[in-house]
Amino acid sequence: MIRIRKLRKRFGSLEVLQGIDADIATGKVTGIVGPNAAGKTTLIKSILGLTRPDSGTMEVGGVKVNGDETYRSRIGYMPQIAKFPSNLTGAELLAVLRELRPDVNEPDLDLIRSLGLGLELSKKLNELSGGTKQKINAVAAFMFNPTLMILDEPTAGLDPRSSSVLKDRILAERRAGKTFVITSHVMTELEELADEVIFISEGKVRFNGSVRQIKDLTRQANLERAVAELMEGGVAA
Amino acid sequence: MSTTVSIRTSAWKVARPQARNVVRSRWLLSYAAFFLAATEGLLRFSGGDAKTLLSLANVVLFVVPLATLVYGTIYLYNSREFIELLLAQPLKRRTVFAGLYTGLALPLVSAFVAGVSLPFILHGLVADAQRSLMTMLIGGGALTLIFTGIAFCIALRFEDRLTGLGVAMAVWLLLAIVYDGVILLVVALYPDRLMEKSLLAVSLMNPVDLVRIALLLQFDISALMGYTGAVFNRFFSGVTGLAVIAAALTTWISAPLLLGHYTFKRKDF
Repeated sequence: MIRIRKLRKRFGSLEVLQGIDADIATGKVTGIVGPNAAGKTTLIKSILGLTRPDSGTMEVGGVKVNGDETYRSRIGYMPQIAKFPSNLTGAELLAVLRELRPDVNEPDLDLIRSLGLGLELSKKLNELSGGTKQKINAVAAFMFNPTLMILDEPTAGLDPRSSSVLKDRILAERRAGKTFVITSHVMTELEELADEVIFISEGKVRFNGSVRQIKDLTRQANLERAVAELMEGGVAA
Repeated sequence: MSTTVSIRTSAWKVARPQARNVVRSRWLLSYAAFFLAATEGLLRFSGGDAKTLLSLANVVLFVVPLATLVYGTIYLYNSREFIELLLAQPLKRRTVFAGLYTGLALPLVSAFVAGVSLPFILHGLVADAQRSLMTMLIGGGALTLIFTGIAFCIALRFEDRLTGLGVAMAVWLLLAIVYDGVILLVVALYPDRLMEKSLLAVSLMNPVDLVRIALLLQFDISALMGYTGAVFNRFFSGVTGLAVIAAALTTWISAPLLLGHYTFKRKDF
């Protein structure tokens, strides 16, 4: 689904991505993990075209990412911070996004019901709690039935019930053949969702393989321990 | 052709929710109310004579750039996450930029025009002050467009909000206050006729001064025109003067827009 080769990005004197090579498989959930400031968000934003890499190539679904915007019609993005125009209502926000996507006829609004958003949508966005905004964020990402979903800390701020609903939805979409790229600090969550793991540290991919492989490599029983072990630098991938 | 149309319609789809968001903010309401109160007050005290218009013009020249700069930078900083969401949609950056600009400039211009013209309409003074009122509305509108563009350039250039706001304030101080002082100082130190042509060039470099000159040419009170205004009047009389000012203001509207767009297209969000 996504092919990344020799991706480099520098912010001032800081080289955030130092030649990333990674393949993200179609129909699987890939978790991107790594220490803080490892370049996870920069990588995601590069795939979305929000950040322009200095060099290297990216392909999404066989299409080169080169400044043309059409490839994004297949992507659903859930940003980490759900901050929207504060004087609009949730319903208005969703309507705006629908208008911008005339290519999609029938938006998928299931999550509104399953996350119990109904009444909240008629309130102004600045009156909503962070968790409720995050729910609207999720609805917006899933709305256009994208084939690739990029979720940046998707369950941050969600209560356990909503978080479960969202995770169920992710797993259901995965069974239906969707591709997911997820960053999360919650390793137990990735353990539940992810098939593949990309471990990034200091701007380089240190591990790219299945959850099974990372556990075998580090001889750890769960993902959290395995990633911790990689961060210790004990195992060279 | 069809892509141009689709960019325009999509830009409008971005502008409309942004504009709606701005219109619903208490801030824009206060902005309109301020001009309403200022105009109404001045009309009550002294009727619609040239002196009233001059006082009003000074308020406009002072407040429009300041408010637009401050609100414009804050608006863009506050829209940051929404811009990221928009840019993750299959939209061109040009479309998003045009939408953001229109979404702010349109409500600001409307609030200003409504606030200033409503009292004139209510007092039945539109016919008397027609030309100077129109000049004031167009001049204030042009200043709004110019300073919205400058605010965008500043907010796109500086990641840090406080720095951005500081720069915005500095730009305003420079163009609205320091500039006048420097001109006066230069004129006082070198009272040489040869200076006049360079002064003319200098006044073209300050949009606030350009609008002031345009207004003063309309009011026909050369005594109150200030130095650059008097010089300007001597070089360009009547229509030529206004045409020169209009051309300069158009350049002033375009330049920050082009620079802002250039920055926006290359920016890492």
